[in-house]
Amino acid sequence: MNANSEQRRRERLDRGIKVRSDGIYSLMSYRELCYLVLPRAVLITGMLILPLVVPTYWQKVVSYVCIYALLTLSFDFLAHFVGLVSLGGAFFVGTGGYFAAILNTVLGLPPLLSIPIATILGAFICTLLLLPCLPLRGVYFAIVTLMYPLLFTRVIEALNILGGTDGMVGVTNFTNHYFIIIMLLAFLFGIRRLVNQDLGLVLRAVKDNDQAVRASGMSITYYKTIAVFIGSVMGCLAGAYLAHVFEWAGLSSFALDFSILPIAATVIGGAGTLVGPVLGAFILVPLNEWLRDFGTLRIVIYALILLAFIVFRSEGIMVYGMRKYHQFEKWVKV
Amino acid sequence: MDILIEILIYGSIHSITLALMALGFALVYGTSRVPNFAHGALYIICGFIAWSFLKKWGVNYYLSIVLSIMVIGLIGALIYQFILIRVRGMAISEIIASYAIGLAILEGLRWGGFKGMTYTLPTFIQGTIFIAGVPVDLHRIVVLICGAALVGFLWVFTHFTRIGLALRGMAQDERAALMLGIDSDRMAVVAMAFGSMLAGLAAALLLPLGNIVVETGYNVLILAIAVCIVGGLGSWMGAVLAALLIGFAQILTEVYLGTHFKSVIALLAIIVTLILRPSGLFGRQKELEERV
Repeated sequence: MNANSEQRRRERLDRGIKVRSDGIYSLMSYRELCYLVLPRAVLITGMLILPLVVPTYWQKVVSYVCIYALLTLSFDFLAHFVGLVSLGGAFFVGTGGYFAAILNTVLGLPPLLSIPIATILGAFICTLLLLPCLPLRGVYFAIVTLMYPLLFTRVIEALNILGGTDGMVGVTNFTNHYFIIIMLLAFLFGIRRLVNQDLGLVLRAVKDNDQAVRASGMSITYYKTIAVFIGSVMGCLAGAYLAHVFEWAGLSSFALDFSILPIAATVIGGAGTLVGPVLGAFILVPLNEWLRDFGTLRIVIYALILLAFIVFRSEGIMVYGMRKYHQFEKWVKV
Repeated sequence: MDILIEILIYGSIHSITLALMALGFALVYGTSRVPNFAHGALYIICGFIAWSFLKKWGVNYYLSIVLSIMVIGLIGALIYQFILIRVRGMAISEIIASYAIGLAILEGLRWGGFKGMTYTLPTFIQGTIFIAGVPVDLHRIVVLICGAALVGFLWVFTHFTRIGLALRGMAQDERAALMLGIDSDRMAVVAMAFGSMLAGLAAALLLPLGNIVVETGYNVLILAIAVCIVGGLGSWMGAVLAALLIGFAQILTEVYLGTHFKSVIALLAIIVTLILRPSGLFGRQKELEERV
């Protein structure tokens, strides 16, 4: 590297339109308004017309995608906005699923009642059970949450309760794509709004420096409890709806799939962007479904995709896309 | 009285089994701080390689075991050198990456038609002996002796050889070790190779007692994590003591509560230990790093 040879590097600059549309002044021009609205509009209309355009065989997949997207959203929210890396998405799904099945088969509630009640009750129970683990940090919290669904599987197996290994059958079928799509959109935009509110700022502070939060006289555990409740509401909603789609809740509601796929989707989509993980779920779940004929090879494939992304491209698709949308690059002399 | 002796004998055998499964995991975590979630996969793949050498290529049994342990050490080193080294220091990425490797290996084996009762390794010695009226087959005695010998060997290795001391130095203080000329990346590769070889050795000793099935890989991983966490992540003597604790606890629950509760105990041990004392019963407490 001698000084005479011309060295160049890539410089990134924000696009003018991004800067102009940052504040209230974006309302003054249609161009800036469109710039802001376009990505959101594409997402919303895309999701709303999705059930109308996909072929019959893939109709069910629309629901699966949304279920996984909710789980992924819950993982991303907890991991990147509160700092609780929860590897136990399956725990939320299982709890929500079993509650929905109990409410529907034993008490005879219709799906439109059993899903919301199961969501709230399940989230409450999940939060209560995770409460003792909340002081844990990083790897320790991750391992504990990874073990929870396994423990519950084994306990249900050993005590032979809740239908034992057969699971609970005879849940009323309720497959309404728009229900879950609208729920997903509501949660997506709700969480995006939440993380910039006062509560969200405290949560992000808990992630970055919990001692500072404590020094400000706020209880970390209290805020973490709220966050876990929000996260488990999403997980339990996914689980409760899944139980009604499958007409069944059983041990496979606690399966590792529900913990691994959301993580893979988050890594691929772009951690900490909330939209990215949803996008990741929209890529991975259909891929998963498409590869179903290959048996367990599909798990190999998505494990390898996950590995490749986490080792070589850990920023994810969404961060890359946002960079291209908001910034341009040029070569400058060093 | 009889049942007490039975619990004592099978409890110690089971404890040694657990210690064998966990030592590799503890070694890798203790030195390179990589939670090697591919441990169970390495365990199973070693059994598979040994089986291939023995049944497909007709190599002598003991030779095939030695060869497969070599191969698994190499695989471990390669995994670290080319993949895990890139995410070193990012704890969650390490877990996810190594778990993805393990998942890919195990499910790949399952996809390759590697399931069912057909894959078994022969025991070293056939036959059964009676100890105080309790029947024990000879292979389990071999496991007991080998396991105890291995624990002793590891103690000598880490206290009196250059590599062993370097590994311990890395575990205690990486910066100080770097200043003394210990290459931390190379040592981590060595540790990973050793850890994989320990997993392979455990597989060679324990797999003849049952079939080689993919599910064993997941169970071994859970048991190894349980032992290492109860003993304190990174503490090897802690892992041995925790293996005794969990081993006897599992045998006791099996006798008094039923087989189903055996794995419940291991999982409960993990959760309760992590909640109460995250660094384990025998580990060094690092209060602020793990709990708030």
